[in-house]
Amino acid sequence: MTAPLLSIKNLTVTFPTPKGPVEVVRGISFSLGRERLGIVGESGSGKSMTGRSILKLIRPPGRVTADEMVFDGIDLASLRERRMRALRGARISMVMQDPKFSLNPVMTVGEQIGEALKTHRPMPRRQLRARVLEMLEAVRINEPERVADLYPHEVSGGMGQRVMIAMMLIPEPDLLIADEPTSALDVSVQAQVLDIIDELVRRNGMGLILISHDLGLVARYCDRILVMNGGEIVEECAARDLDKARHPYTRGLLAAMPRMDEDRDELPVLDRSAWAAT
Amino acid sequence: MNAIELTRLDIAYGPARVVHDVSLAVAEGESFALVGESGSGKSTILKAIAGLAPDWTGTISVLGNPRAHRPERDFARTCQMVFQDPYGSLHPRKTVDDCLAEPLAVHGLKGRDERVKAALAAVGLDRRFRFRYPHQLSGGQRQRVAIARALMLEPRILLLDEPTSALDVSVQAEILNLLKKLRREQGLTYLLVTHNLPVVSFLCDRLAVMRHGRIVEVAHVEALKTGRLADPYSRELYAASGGALQPA
Repeated sequence: MTAPLLSIKNLTVTFPTPKGPVEVVRGISFSLGRERLGIVGESGSGKSMTGRSILKLIRPPGRVTADEMVFDGIDLASLRERRMRALRGARISMVMQDPKFSLNPVMTVGEQIGEALKTHRPMPRRQLRARVLEMLEAVRINEPERVADLYPHEVSGGMGQRVMIAMMLIPEPDLLIADEPTSALDVSVQAQVLDIIDELVRRNGMGLILISHDLGLVARYCDRILVMNGGEIVEECAARDLDKARHPYTRGLLAAMPRMDEDRDELPVLDRSAWAAT
Repeated sequence: MNAIELTRLDIAYGPARVVHDVSLAVAEGESFALVGESGSGKSTILKAIAGLAPDWTGTISVLGNPRAHRPERDFARTCQMVFQDPYGSLHPRKTVDDCLAEPLAVHGLKGRDERVKAALAAVGLDRRFRFRYPHQLSGGQRQRVAIARALMLEPRILLLDEPTSALDVSVQAEILNLLKKLRREQGLTYLLVTHNLPVVSFLCDRLAVMRHGRIVEVAHVEALKTGRLADPYSRELYAASGGALQPA
């Protein structure tokens, strides 16, 4: 068996508060190969903080500690910021939730995508432009020539998110972290965007971490699922076995979702005292 | 008598017409859903009914009374609206008590103390929340306050604009249960806007699917539960929400 792409042991993220430090991620461990891993949980479960700490995007006063944080043989924990910057985008990249706030409003879409590549790999302008157009086509944007010259406010939410994906994938990273990539989008557009991520991840043989609050969605697009609650991983299972999940929190979440063929008079509500002392 | 009746309703924001020729009747005591993607005009219809989108033509009548193009005092007594984002819809510098008592002051109603207590009890909030500020509450608790506020004047109709889409799944379940309970206890009529079809299955009797400002299909919730929606666009929406289609 080959070494995993990413291996994390005992990761803890702490933030100081007036009442003393709060651990938002409490000593979690997992590893990832070239596969699709889903991290699900509700607000405050620490799922986004986990994603951000892999890229070392947590700034002081937040503190990240881990016994091991190794990406493809590189020890991330001890890596200097300078080296880390070379890694970000080029080998690990991240798609954020809302394209409206993550794209630069005063640069055209094409310039931004080009910049993502140029930063890591300088190349002649004409070649860069060709790669950008090719990438826009890969995320199924019609008329890439026209769209490349638009500004972010001129594109729709779904198109904006596809632009983000294009930007993140153009340097051909080994690992893509997608943090709620579709929760700002309409249902009908969600599926399209996820299909594109899915196709590109498979084609390039990348690793994917999909962070979401939507159990059903993660089950559809991932191989393996981690369920987080209160900063801890409470359950790990294969995506197809999600309905056989055993932890009361996971079961509670599954039951609390209304179904399309709903016939229950009342939805079961999580009894938070069942497994946590909070 | 119908609770809400819309005939040939066109709504515009400045030069842009966003709702075209919508006719719809919601019976008293019914729970009716408007579904569709962003920009389909579903929230705009609620706003027009509430008097917040004044540029419309056609007729809107609520419990048999024609609506004016602006908010009205009497109308507020019969029909109230709950907004999507509980983080944005409560005044940050007013306590829960102030927020709930304001409609009473506006309408010159007495018995503030009992009414506020009763409203908190109805939405399942403990009394100790009465003098807290919104920032001291969780998202679910805030949405309960927003619902309590809408119920202060004892309206007969609630306009619900995506009441649970800013909430976590487990909190969404609590709020959906609450809405169902309130409707049963107080005989309310709901007009609900959502993009979440399973929520419609749980809470509503009928639904209208909207696209580009027009209604493409009105169906009974049974058609949704069994996957037998007729219009191609409704079926597309249904499939995208993870439903298994059946022949219409």
